[in-house]
Amino acid sequence: MSTTETGNSSTTESAVSGLDYEETQLTLAPPGGSRSELERKRGFSEGLGLSLETKDFLSGSSDEPPISGAGEPSAAKAQVVGWPPVRSFRRNVLKSCTYVKVAVDGTPYLRKVDLEAYAGYQQLLTALEEMFTCFTARNYPNERRLVDPVNGTEYVPTYEDKDGDWMLIGDVPWKMFVASCKRLRLMKSSEAVDLAPRTPTGCITAR
Amino acid sequence: MTYFPEEVVEHIVDFLGSHRDRNAVSTVCKAWYQVERLSRRNVFVGNCYAIRPERVMARFPWMKSLGVKGKPHFADFNLVPYDWGGFAQPWIEAAARGCPGLEELRLKRMVVTDDDLELLARSFPSFKSLVLVSCEGFSTDGLAAIATYCRGLRELDLQENEVEDHGRQWLSCFPDSCTSLVSLNFACLKGEINTNALERLVARCPDLRSLKLNRAISVESLNRILARAPHLVDLGTGSMMVNHHTEAYHRLINAFLGCKSLRSLSGFWDASSCCLQAVYPVCVNLTALNLSYAPAIQGDDLIKLICLCFKLQKLWVLDCIGDKGLAAVASTCKDLQELRVFPSDIYGAGTTAVTEEGLVAISSGCSKLNSLLYFCYQMTNTALVTVAKNCPHFTRFRLCILDPGKPDPVTDQPLDEGFGAIVRSCKNLRRLSLSGLLTDKVFLYIGMHAEHLEMLSIAFAGDSDKGMVYVLNGCKNLRKLEIRDCPFGDDALLKDVTKYETMRSLWMSSCDVTLGGCRALAAKMPSLNVEIINESDEADEFQENLSDLHKVEKLYVYRTVARGRTDAPDFVWIL
Repeated sequence: MSTTETGNSSTTESAVSGLDYEETQLTLAPPGGSRSELERKRGFSEGLGLSLETKDFLSGSSDEPPISGAGEPSAAKAQVVGWPPVRSFRRNVLKSCTYVKVAVDGTPYLRKVDLEAYAGYQQLLTALEEMFTCFTARNYPNERRLVDPVNGTEYVPTYEDKDGDWMLIGDVPWKMFVASCKRLRLMKSSEAVDLAPRTPTGCITAR
Repeated sequence: MTYFPEEVVEHIVDFLGSHRDRNAVSTVCKAWYQVERLSRRNVFVGNCYAIRPERVMARFPWMKSLGVKGKPHFADFNLVPYDWGGFAQPWIEAAARGCPGLEELRLKRMVVTDDDLELLARSFPSFKSLVLVSCEGFSTDGLAAIATYCRGLRELDLQENEVEDHGRQWLSCFPDSCTSLVSLNFACLKGEINTNALERLVARCPDLRSLKLNRAISVESLNRILARAPHLVDLGTGSMMVNHHTEAYHRLINAFLGCKSLRSLSGFWDASSCCLQAVYPVCVNLTALNLSYAPAIQGDDLIKLICLCFKLQKLWVLDCIGDKGLAAVASTCKDLQELRVFPSDIYGAGTTAVTEEGLVAISSGCSKLNSLLYFCYQMTNTALVTVAKNCPHFTRFRLCILDPGKPDPVTDQPLDEGFGAIVRSCKNLRRLSLSGLLTDKVFLYIGMHAEHLEMLSIAFAGDSDKGMVYVLNGCKNLRKLEIRDCPFGDDALLKDVTKYETMRSLWMSSCDVTLGGCRALAAKMPSLNVEIINESDEADEFQENLSDLHKVEKLYVYRTVARGRTDAPDFVWIL
């Protein structure tokens, strides 16, 4: 990869705590290689995308070395103060974002919705209906489904929760859902059969 | 020269607007110094610690407009501790005593308290304009004082400040007799606003041209406001959360149809694609558009909007515009001069982003581009060379590759050649921010070619002291140099100490400079304040106990005629 060394003989955190981190610090790169020194200090990994926090690198680092989450972008965290260089005001505005991606089976692009913009499931589904304007909502006793009037295909709104499981929308209280939802997917009903064991009373699967 | 009557000199000097020209005039001789100082109306102090406020007031007693900057730029990114300094109080107090005719005050990155605002409001009977940028320390109570006591206020412009919310009544403090507002910007306030008071205020200010609302203002309220102020030129919307099928949405469409003078649009808090149609009618006349707080506006809807904005000169967006969106900008916005592309996904791994392709597209389509801020995941040398060729007019070029030290992904090389092409081609470059993998070579290029460079920001770059020395030796017009996480040490710092007297300031953090090096600098240059910012536990130790080899976390050096600071906190050592 790169042939340059940063040439840092001692990192600032070594100066602070007196500990030598060379030995103990976890890296986010394969061992050896000249880029490892850069990464050890900065805590970055290429190709993982970035998951940065603005915790103070110097005050926190003596007890909490950067965690290496090999192959799991969501677990890898890097602590570098002030990077990327975005003003706090802007960071805070984007932080309060509860936007999640919405995918619809069979369409090539995704959308995004802000879950906090809705007061409950009904408003969310109405918004989804608007967003993918061809759909109309149908209410069933225990479920809500969206139907494409052109070809009658039925979609079941589902979401991926924090544990990575795909769940049917509507089971948990709204606020709990907002807190645990990572993204939405309008799944074709035919594929949604395995999601939850339900007795499909009064639901119609159009062909 | 001795035959030149003062009145003539004064008349000539009156034509000089720029601070630099006036500063130059004042050094010619004592007589010219006197004429200039008594006729200067706009005073700009780039570093509040470079001079004591009383001296400024004494020198320019007829000052009408004062601008002061406090914290160093890297304070924007949390690199400067909260109570480092930059207090507005001594400036407002000195102005109240020495320049009661003051009409305009502009403060950036300073600590402003409610007491300061109250003193300001009560001390200047002709006060017309207050602009606060990236300041903190005050609440809506301070704003209430401004509203109450500043008769004839024309401008209250709050940009990205941290303001504590003490309630919504501050806006009601504008008396009924206040009809002079031309510009009102409270977009950064987090709390609720008294919308009735706002609507009445807008209705009674016929000269209002610029209005920027905060997120708490609903679409319904915006509709009423636009109905009363259709002559707005610059609008920052409030919350744009609205449902297609509502009355409010239809009124919004009509409201924008009525805004024939609108040239600049921003805000779009909580905006989703469905509200965009409402602004189509004004797009054709827009010269400035800021969508950088609207992460839900993306994809084809965003492109549709952009394609209507063919007069756009300034565009701020999030990177979810994607390379495809930037291509649309390139083919539509032929007058584009300033582009800023901000990262939308600071906290997680995102899939939509911009790459070098987007930037190349922009450069091919927008030849008038002179100011760029671009956050991206990757950049190549080839792309930068192309951009340099297409856009030789850059005065500001800031590129931030989100992964520090990332090389050219195609060739695996550092980006030295790419940035080298930029500085060679853009002869008027005044501001430059570097990123990606960079060796000392890029600094050699900068030193050789960036003749007019005034501000340089460096992070995670370089191999050795030589890099920094190339810059200090080469860039004759350098005013601000800010460096973080680079392997530059004492040798570079001390190579040419007199250089810092020609600059406003130098910032170095997480580099290799030692306490000994800083002490040596301070000893050689009494005209500089050499500040060490030490937040670690060792701040408790007296600095005498620390050895010269101790690495300095944060170093801030600036020229000053006011030796030392009386307001420095414990963790700031001025050597």
